[in-house]
Amino acid sequence: MSSMSSTPTAARTPVVVSLPSAAMWLVGTAVLAVLAYYFIGVDQGMTSVFGNNTVIHEFVHDARHFLGFPCH
Amino acid sequence: MPHPRSFIAFGVLAGAIGGLLAFVFAWIFAEPLIQQAIDYESGRHEAQEALDRAAGVSTGDHEHEIFSRAVQGNLGAGVGIVLFGVAMGALVAVVYVVLLGRVGQLGPRSLALLVAGGGFLGVFLVPFLKYPANPPAIGHEETITVRGTLYLVMVATSIVLLIVAVAVGRRLQARLGTWNASLAGGAVFVVLIGIVMAVLPSAGDLAANVAIYGHHATETPLPLEDAEGTIVFPGFPADVLAGFRLYSLLAQVILWGAIGLVFGVLADRLLRRSAERSPSSVHA
Ligand SMILES: [Zn+2]
Repeated sequence: MSSMSSTPTAARTPVVVSLPSAAMWLVGTAVLAVLAYYFIGVDQGMTSVFGNNTVIHEFVHDARHFLGFPCH
Repeated sequence: MPHPRSFIAFGVLAGAIGGLLAFVFAWIFAEPLIQQAIDYESGRHEAQEALDRAAGVSTGDHEHEIFSRAVQGNLGAGVGIVLFGVAMGALVAVVYVVLLGRVGQLGPRSLALLVAGGGFLGVFLVPFLKYPANPPAIGHEETITVRGTLYLVMVATSIVLLIVAVAVGRRLQARLGTWNASLAGGAVFVVLIGIVMAVLPSAGDLAANVAIYGHHATETPLPLEDAEGTIVFPGFPADVLAGFRLYSLLAQVILWGAIGLVFGVLADRLLRRSAERSPSSVHA
């Protein structure tokens, strides 16, 4: 996997995004992604932030099983 | 210098494409198995009710679904898998931006493939080895909290140990060279995750399961027996289980593979264009 055919880009100096200035974007995106992971796979199964119903669970039910999350 | 939001937008796009491909695959190969598992579940439920009636025990009410099977198997599955892909694509973009230019002489596309590969390992494959995906009908209601927690513990430890392994590899790179340092990092990961897997209990070994069924590796339904010990309903079909797990694994390969390839191409183009605009970084 590490031996990709070398193209002209391989020799270029890597561009580094300055992390402090990108922090808000990176942290915000990561938080949203983890929230999505939680609602697709976990909520209304073992825990529930949306009260005692199973609308989300039922809607994404097949996806939840297929993506490997524990279900019933 | 490209703005981080460009990378994130590309990660989301790559994730949506990966999720869509994985959903098409699931729709063709996995949905029939999910239906078979649900048919098994209702057949078993009826057999259990008949046994209970014969024994003079009243059975509970039949649970009804909020969404029809058609909605769950088409729209619901599609939305769930595509959103999962989008979330994972976004995470790959975040990790990519953090690592870009900080992990040695990797080209933009190789780094994208490695980050997506790491995501596949940490988020899915390694947890899957300990707690594999199950179709409906497998899994006891009373253990969902423990099983859910154990699964998330596996996911979190896998990701943390992958980061540890990469850090160890980078430390050793100067002394051992890239190849041997990578092997050493991999070995550290295998040993540590092996210990974690050995320590965490299997689903079948949870106290609630041992009390009723004895020691088993999983919660896969055993044959249903009447009072005399005659089998009145078979155990869960092994072929359905094996097929479901294989397809679940392949769908994740498709999803993360597409993220790595698509995001890599987009990030490469973005970096190339920004290098052309600021001549100082071309041919340094
Ligand atoms: Zn389920």
